[in-house]
Amino acid sequence: MNSRSLQTTIIFLVVGGILALSLGGFFGTASRQVGSVLIEIQTWFSSRFIGLQDFMTAPRDIVSLRMRNTELETQVSQLQTQVIELQQRVNETEILAALVNFSRSNPESTYKAAAVIGRDPSPFLHYIIINRGSNDDIQRGMPVVTNQGLVGRIDAVIADAARVQLITDPASSINVYLQNAETNAVALGSVTGDVSLDMISQNTVVESGDLILTSGLGGGYPSDLIIGQVVTLRTLEYELFQEATVQLALDFSRLDIVLVITNFRPVNITPLEPLPSP
Amino acid sequence: MRNIIAFPVLGLAVILQTSVIGRINLISGYADLPLILLSAWALQERVKSSWHWTATICLMLGFVSALPWPVVVVGYCGVVFVAQILQKRIWQAPLLAMFSVVFIGTLFMHLLSFAVLRISGTPFLFSDVMGLITLPSLLLNMLFSIPIYTFIRDLAVWVYPEEQYE
Repeated sequence: MNSRSLQTTIIFLVVGGILALSLGGFFGTASRQVGSVLIEIQTWFSSRFIGLQDFMTAPRDIVSLRMRNTELETQVSQLQTQVIELQQRVNETEILAALVNFSRSNPESTYKAAAVIGRDPSPFLHYIIINRGSNDDIQRGMPVVTNQGLVGRIDAVIADAARVQLITDPASSINVYLQNAETNAVALGSVTGDVSLDMISQNTVVESGDLILTSGLGGGYPSDLIIGQVVTLRTLEYELFQEATVQLALDFSRLDIVLVITNFRPVNITPLEPLPSP
Repeated sequence: MRNIIAFPVLGLAVILQTSVIGRINLISGYADLPLILLSAWALQERVKSSWHWTATICLMLGFVSALPWPVVVVGYCGVVFVAQILQKRIWQAPLLAMFSVVFIGTLFMHLLSFAVLRISGTPFLFSDVMGLITLPSLLLNMLFSIPIYTFIRDLAVWVYPEEQYE
């Protein structure tokens, strides 16, 4: 072995010894400081390398991520569609279940369920079109209800559809009974779709929240169908009758399925009405 | 032969009116799709079947609506009449003519409906009708005018090609 290689061997042995001793903790504070500096350097290089690696490989990742994102978005939209469809079915089922309960709790009437398929083209009139007609034994004048209350009555019928005049129609007037006040009144429709009460006697005390039911007078509707509740009463001394605003039991803007009472025949009392004297 | 397109187009218009447009309310008013459609059709210079379309739409709406049928007939005939008059006078500004016809037509139709229903015993107040029904409907009709006019113009070009027209 020549002197040059001997020198190299000694240097390696010395440095290796120092390294082994420092890693073994024999240098105490000095070795920790050296170690921490090394770790910081290591960290700096490592973080820079990872940044550089990300930068170099990013385009490929973005493309794959975008593709994956598109796939997931498609899946999400499909699932959302499914959720909407299922929600719609749940809503329909809930409505039908409520209607079935209603018809079970009112066994004296026979019902035929119908879907609302349209509204009158004129904004002046509040009518709906249902998908049941004379083929299903629907006749003019039959009352239409939901589990929440009275909807209106059949105005015109064709083979597979019928037109229903809503109680909110401006031309609609229904004889009603105020349950707590124990008095009769007339429920009138309006342009806005609200219903108001008229012909309430001045002597009658009507309170807010009083339940409004059909009275059955006049023969146009069966009795005891819910219309709504009294909200406010307007009393003017110089008028013959009091008036009241009504909170309807039913949201007429969201009518989907209704029940036609098929065993009710309206009574035409026109011949019994007194003729105006000449 | 292409005139047969009137039936599906008008049928679709009535279906859309009763099932969709009638549910898009602004206060108590909503757009009148058949009226806008007829106005746009009658304003097309090359179109010769305005009255046929009017008769068809009157038949359909008279059947569907609870509005007395004379109101429907007189109303829509009036709209087409106004459209044909304006088409000859304001032919260089078709959109202006469209807006004018829809404006006049809506007012005419609503005044007629109001008058006939009032006479037949429905307790309407003029101020309520104007504020709650007519003005919102007018605004919606104006909004719908532009897309429907564009659609109808293209339809008229298809039904009455240039060479056949000249």
